[in-house]
Amino acid sequence: MSVTALAFYLFAITGVGGSLMVVLSRNPVHSVLWLILSFFSAAGLFILMGAEFVAMLLAIVYVGAVAVLFLFVVMMLDVDFAELRGGIQRFMPLGLLIGLILLIELGLVYGHWNMADNADALLQSPTPELSEAHNTLALGQLIYTDYIYLFQASGLILLVAMIGAIVLTLRHRVDVKRQNALHQMHRDPATAMELKDVKSGQGL
Amino acid sequence: MITLEHYLTVAAMMFVIGIFGIFLNRKNVIVILMSIELILLSVNINLVAFSTHLGDLVGQIFTLFVLTVAAAEAAIGLAILVCFFRNRGTIAVEDVNVMKG
Repeated sequence: MSVTALAFYLFAITGVGGSLMVVLSRNPVHSVLWLILSFFSAAGLFILMGAEFVAMLLAIVYVGAVAVLFLFVVMMLDVDFAELRGGIQRFMPLGLLIGLILLIELGLVYGHWNMADNADALLQSPTPELSEAHNTLALGQLIYTDYIYLFQASGLILLVAMIGAIVLTLRHRVDVKRQNALHQMHRDPATAMELKDVKSGQGL
Repeated sequence: MITLEHYLTVAAMMFVIGIFGIFLNRKNVIVILMSIELILLSVNINLVAFSTHLGDLVGQIFTLFVLTVAAAEAAIGLAILVCFFRNRGTIAVEDVNVMKG
């Protein structure tokens, strides 16, 4: 078995096994950790395919941002996860049935497909030769020219998601005292304090 | 020799596991969100496999956009989850009937 095949089977088994453990794991923290494992294996598969940029993106965006976000939320919420596991036996047969049906359907699709005869002529943007441009350079040359509007639109999607997440989770607690800088600046001695002439031996 | 079909098989298995996870963890919305991430990951594997097999870079660019949408979806989903937990003190999605829908 060649090194490539060995690496493929390693990444494929850890990827599929990791995603199975995400679903079956009792503890959601473990689920997130298994999810990170399957993301890394998918990144390895991408490298084997020769798509290094997407692989690095997967490691940075998925593992570095999304999985850590999941980890934060799982650890922040004080939830009795054992209670949420209830009824798993009830849903198991239905889930297995639907999974099996889907697997059979996908198998039928994979068993019966073939490339179009003029597939080479239909290529939208053929990959340049490796001596001409490596994967990242070729992708960059494409994204910033032909797909610039889509690229900007995906930036906007991220902006909207960021604003939405902040608006959803921001709360103004009324029982907490806060500093009001504007109010502080507009205070003046005339309204803020009062001079009393206190006679000696007498109180106010 | 590792062919396109090998990668497609891995992607199909991950996709089915993702669907299976949604059915299995009907109460735990965090695991449902993770299953959705798995499904999107398997779609990405499919896109990149075809992209490198055919020598067409558009598949990888599309993967980029799928990744963006997945990140946005996870952020919004988890924000809604945190908001829901603050209001109800639980994340059991089975009894979400506030809007009587």
